[in-house]
Amino acid sequence: MEFLRPATWDEALAAKAEHPTALPISGGTDVMVELNFDVHRPSAILDLNRITELTEWSSDGATVRLGAAVPYARIIEELSGPLPGLALAAHTVGSPQIRNRGSVGGNLGAASPAGDSHPALLAAGREVCVEAHSVRGSRLIPIDEFYVGVKRNSLEPDELIRAVRIPVADGPQQFSKIGTRNAMVIAVCAFGFALHPEDGTVGTGIGSAAPTPRRAVEAEEYLRGVLAERGLWESGELLGPEVVQRFGELVKAAASPIDDVRGTADYRRHALAVMARRTLTWCWNDYRKQIRSAA
Amino acid sequence: MSTRTIAGQKNLQKINQAAKDGIGGSPLRPDGTLKVKGEFAYSSDLWHEDMLWGTALRSPHPRANILSVDVSEALKVPGVYAVLTHEDIPGEKYYGLEIADQPALAIDKVRYHGEAIALVAADHPETARRAVKKIKVEYEVLTPIVTEEQCLDPETHGYVHEPHEYKSHAYGNVCHEQKLVSGLGVTDEVRALADVVVSGEYEVGMQDQAFLGPESGLAVPAEDGGVDLYIATQWLHVDRQQMAPVLDLPLEKVRLTLAGVGGAFGGREDLSMQIHACLLALHTGKPVKIVYARDESFFGHVHRHPARMRYEHGATRDGKLVFADCRIVLDGGAYASASPAVVGNAASLGHGPYVIPNVRMHAIALYSNNPSCGAMRGFGAVQAAFGYESQMDKLAEALGMDPVELRQLNAVTQGDRMPTGQEIDAPAPVAELLQRVKDMPLPPPLDLEHLDVRTLPGALSNTSHGEGIVRGVGYSVGIKNVGFSEGFDDYSTARVRLEVIGGEPVAMVHTAMAEVGQGGVTVHAQIARTELGVEQVTIHPANTEVGSAGSTSASRQTYMTGGAVKLAAEAVRHELLERGRHRYGWTQTDLSLVGGKVVSASAGVLIPIVDLLGDDAIEQTREHHHRPTVPFDKETGQGFGHVQYTFCANRAVVDVDVELGLVKVVELTAVQDVGKALNPLSVVGQIQGGCTQALGLAVMEEIVVKDGKVRNASFTDYLIPTILDTPPIPVQILELPDPHAPYGLRGVGEAPTVSATPSIVAAIRQATGKALTRIPVRPEHLTDTL
Repeated sequence: MEFLRPATWDEALAAKAEHPTALPISGGTDVMVELNFDVHRPSAILDLNRITELTEWSSDGATVRLGAAVPYARIIEELSGPLPGLALAAHTVGSPQIRNRGSVGGNLGAASPAGDSHPALLAAGREVCVEAHSVRGSRLIPIDEFYVGVKRNSLEPDELIRAVRIPVADGPQQFSKIGTRNAMVIAVCAFGFALHPEDGTVGTGIGSAAPTPRRAVEAEEYLRGVLAERGLWESGELLGPEVVQRFGELVKAAASPIDDVRGTADYRRHALAVMARRTLTWCWNDYRKQIRSAA
Repeated sequence: MSTRTIAGQKNLQKINQAAKDGIGGSPLRPDGTLKVKGEFAYSSDLWHEDMLWGTALRSPHPRANILSVDVSEALKVPGVYAVLTHEDIPGEKYYGLEIADQPALAIDKVRYHGEAIALVAADHPETARRAVKKIKVEYEVLTPIVTEEQCLDPETHGYVHEPHEYKSHAYGNVCHEQKLVSGLGVTDEVRALADVVVSGEYEVGMQDQAFLGPESGLAVPAEDGGVDLYIATQWLHVDRQQMAPVLDLPLEKVRLTLAGVGGAFGGREDLSMQIHACLLALHTGKPVKIVYARDESFFGHVHRHPARMRYEHGATRDGKLVFADCRIVLDGGAYASASPAVVGNAASLGHGPYVIPNVRMHAIALYSNNPSCGAMRGFGAVQAAFGYESQMDKLAEALGMDPVELRQLNAVTQGDRMPTGQEIDAPAPVAELLQRVKDMPLPPPLDLEHLDVRTLPGALSNTSHGEGIVRGVGYSVGIKNVGFSEGFDDYSTARVRLEVIGGEPVAMVHTAMAEVGQGGVTVHAQIARTELGVEQVTIHPANTEVGSAGSTSASRQTYMTGGAVKLAAEAVRHELLERGRHRYGWTQTDLSLVGGKVVSASAGVLIPIVDLLGDDAIEQTREHHHRPTVPFDKETGQGFGHVQYTFCANRAVVDVDVELGLVKVVELTAVQDVGKALNPLSVVGQIQGGCTQALGLAVMEEIVVKDGKVRNASFTDYLIPTILDTPPIPVQILELPDPHAPYGLRGVGEAPTVSATPSIVAAIRQATGKALTRIPVRPEHLTDTL
């Protein structure tokens, strides 16, 4: 096994071009576990830890450009204002030690349906995109086109994830995750939700309940329609219980979970409906407070 | 009698210590700081110049015939020194704790997923792993025998051990069986005496000991043809007893020294890599180290027996128990391990700490192609406690009685007889334990106005901001035996030496006791200080140069090896005082050793120990045997089978998210009679640890086995409680001395593991109204989504 340790981003891209099967490693919280369990024997390991710009983020006020290796601990500490959904998801990742090392770039690289970041990224909006670089240049992959199969993403073999671009939240966001213990647990299923009052849309993200992370498209459309038709964005009136109920049912219907050692498919569907109802209610209550205090 | 309420460190500081760092004090453990700082050397840290690394090829199938094994490609891998199969075993090919039915390496067939077939020694662990993958095994895969129904119908489904190879004492796929009848037994006439009858079927999943230090050790071949093994185990001498015949060596040429043990909980009572490392070391003539990977560890040790139980209880209208009937089926897996003793415990303790005039019990352990099960903290008493305590709650509900009062009304006390006919001839304050646990203050109710999401079910997973949360409270009590039962003489040996070193009297305590984290080394030093009046005590490394200390299990080590240290220290003291009497003509009969001096209660200080001892050393070795017991009668289950009983009562307070089926244990209170707390801090630690392991079984811990295959051999998916799952555990200790035990003490470690699980399930039942007949309780059980 070769161990590649580029000092610069350009060197990293050159190395990846030369060794397209090299497995990138940053925090190592996923890669090292799989190596230790002998799940993978990659031909080469590409260590990105010397490339400091991967651990930086910036914001122009509209979009956060989140370096691929910014650890979850810093997302919680520094970005819970602009990226509240992602920060809530980051809170649920592993233990403090894991949150000090793990990053969204790693989650995206592994593309596990159980990755905690994915539902929050999906909910944050269709404008979220992954910045993929290679010696051939760079491109932006919309988040909806990123996840292509179980633990597969749409990166080319010579590409590395440089950053994720996420719109700054324009409304309340929430994230819920089910685990059978109260910390340090892989998601049985998870749900991300965001209100986007600026364009009158809502965002959803389902984790661990389908081959890939996915959004609940019909649920989003239903809710967008109800909010627009009833003038609720403007009035801030309560959502009727039938709206909340219907939204939950549509989220549940969007999932295609399996029975596995972590939970049954039936439980996952049931829990998604509950989490969808609750996160919608929390977000809407927060939104109502915001527009009332603005009025 | 005295009691202590200990809720945390603050309270501990208020305890009046009789003698500093003697018994009754709480000196800190010598290994504590090292372990917390990550500096303690565990068995996996062992190193020897020129050592090789061993690893095993394990079966991917739970049941298969091995048609051929071809090691030729593995032997060609550069760096490989040896590849061994059962054909290379010099001596006996089978071993076992109670029944020698397990091949050291599989012979022509495999009986469980993960069974070792071949061994490799190489100069690097990765080389060894690669070589293992080059061993070619041809299997004829057979349908595994895994359910109770399949096991009990061998004519249709086959035998785990064919009749001609069967070595156990029962029949078919039954490894061991114990029946019990007392009073009139349970007949229709007896049933008719009861006003209310409740019955239920209960199931317990397969719990794992989940110790953190993987199985590991280092075998070093010796010039005399023997072998020295440095090993993390629970019982050095019984390891040696099983190893020597396989290695074809006399006992004295198999020398064991205890290496740093990273937890045990019963999982190290059986052999794991001991024989394998020694076979490789003797074959290659080089030191061989084996360290299991985490997944291999889940295959490398036995687990807690899963159980299916059927209970029936009858009572009078006013709540007096009339009869109890029970059938317990334990899945022992492929090999016997400790199954016979586990069955004995389940049968004799399986009706709980209650006075029941008419009893019937039938307990069996099955052979199956599931993972082998054996010793785990609570040992056969845990499964049953979930059954009988669930029944007590069910009966209380049927009678419209308070569940604690029903238990108190039927609780055993000193002088009562167990269903085995054995009289409880030491304090048995069961009703009082329940009263005390009930009287302890409840935690404040859930405050929906000032919620901290971290305290709710789901915690930072952010599943509830108060929605769906319902609180429940549950109670339970349990009974456990201390020491080995049914006629087993599990004696302990201790050697104590007193000499002057650097102008100070120093005691050296040498035993073969396995320190697995229980704090035995701390307690041994305390006993030596108290008996010999010295401050400095050295603990000799545990090894087979001294006699057996028995197993670090069955809550027995402080009782048994602590008792041996007491006897040996008393013998040293006696010899020292005799020397003084002889030399100085002391006539007083009130002599003792205090503060480094010989003291007479009437005449005051006579002489410093240093002066009396001079350049001599006094050394004494003593064996400590507990009072004899007898095996239970096979048909009636009658007999004086247990050494000592121990009791713990619990109250659990839980918050349940009833919509999502998520549970947060808010508080888990324990009251336990410990006879005498030799080290109160360690006693509280044992009780809190035991409660936490019980919490794990109640709500999360299970090895998931499907068609004989283990599906979660990792800490990613075998979940144990984190600190966020572990509530405050207020502990109240009673000290009612047992006249038969050294210092009146009672074994501590297991009782809370037996008793706490049912209290948590009872609390969840109260919150949800669900019947909950299986543990661990999963979110699916609470949301009807199984």
